[in-house]
Amino acid sequence: MVTRGFTGRQSNADTANRLPPGQHVVSNFPVLSAGPTPRISTEDWTFKVKVGPRVVASWNWAEFNALPQTKMTRDIHCVTAWSKLNTLWEGVLIDDLLGAADLAPPTAFALAHSYDGYSTNVPLADLTGGKAMVATKFAGQPVTAEHGGPARLLVPHLYFWKSAKWVNALQFTERDELGFWELRGYHRYGDPWREQRYKND
Amino acid sequence: MHWQNATITRIEKLSPRVKSFFFRLPEPIAFRPGQHVLVRLTAPHGYRAQRSYSIASAPGKAQALELAIERLDDGEVSPFMHDSAQVGDEIELRGPIGGHFNWSPEDGGPVLFIGGGAGVVPFMSMLRHRAAIASQVPATLVFSARLREDLLFFDELSRLAAPDDGFRLVVTLTREAAAHSFRAGRIDAAFISGTVTGTKMPLRQVLICGSNPFVETVAKATIAAGIDATLIKTERYGV
Repeated sequence: MVTRGFTGRQSNADTANRLPPGQHVVSNFPVLSAGPTPRISTEDWTFKVKVGPRVVASWNWAEFNALPQTKMTRDIHCVTAWSKLNTLWEGVLIDDLLGAADLAPPTAFALAHSYDGYSTNVPLADLTGGKAMVATKFAGQPVTAEHGGPARLLVPHLYFWKSAKWVNALQFTERDELGFWELRGYHRYGDPWREQRYKND
Repeated sequence: MHWQNATITRIEKLSPRVKSFFFRLPEPIAFRPGQHVLVRLTAPHGYRAQRSYSIASAPGKAQALELAIERLDDGEVSPFMHDSAQVGDEIELRGPIGGHFNWSPEDGGPVLFIGGGAGVVPFMSMLRHRAAIASQVPATLVFSARLREDLLFFDELSRLAAPDDGFRLVVTLTREAAAHSFRAGRIDAAFISGTVTGTKMPLRQVLICGSNPFVETVAKATIAAGIDATLIKTERYGV
């Protein structure tokens, strides 16, 4: 339905092609989170890979930073309808994490867990093949606490709630188990190009 | 949950920057206090813009759905709503959205709500619902605004606090001197401690809503006041 009197913003063709439906470009970097910002010292930080309840690999901050580092420039899309173009991240690809853990992915599903109790489900296929990383730098600087530092998951081709802040574990699960927002009305998968914002979209 | 063409039945100015829009929906939506709805605008050439806004009204099918919308000067949807939308216009709405930042009396108390400016909106839904069902669950609202004129819903909140039924209103102004029952200054740990002193039972939940800097500051202050971080839920505005 056309809204009476609404003309909309003009956007250039390049930007328009890169914007999933219903999104608009922001130049700032909005902060959204369900609770207070946890403050995690890199001295206390660890990252674990689990298969079900079993820890199969673990890194402290120094060990993690000694893993192969990769840079990635991507557009990111928040379910609240903002998109930020050309964001530069640096961190460890999930491929390299699994390689360092010498782990053949045991299941097709994973949950990312965070220090604040947050979790989100992402299929293995969306984490591997160079698609996703655990990012420790944004725009060349350490990821700030508000944006999920010391480290956040980055799965840029899905809505940004999948890119869990303050991430501390990746857990393989037998089934596609729902995470925090997925249990609270948000879409199981979250593809911005198919506008999978909410359950059953 | 689908898009509906909702009709604006009334527009009311609440403060210099906030107006309430009342909608009649073809199919009323069932929601929990604290949830929001999406507002979608479509231009003739197909361009669309959508934003989510917290519901200010209490649940109940008989009621008009009220959205209190702050005008953001560099915004896209809020300037249209403030400057162009009129009573009788149809606007596309979808909801309810958000299964986290909710509170109803059955969730128990005491509960502490802390709202900055338009961040008070979801608490209006919660407090109106609490009053509508005559709940006596202890609830405190700390409402921080810049100036007296930014205290949207102040008269109604004062009325809700009048019966001494367990709801307490604490107002602080950050750019105006303390006067009448208003305090002055920003919320810090001492402010939070002072506010929760005298609460007979431990707090069950703290809900904080406002701009990101407001929420960040207040959440830190709340934790510094000795309140367990796991009790705190936040909602951050201003995208």
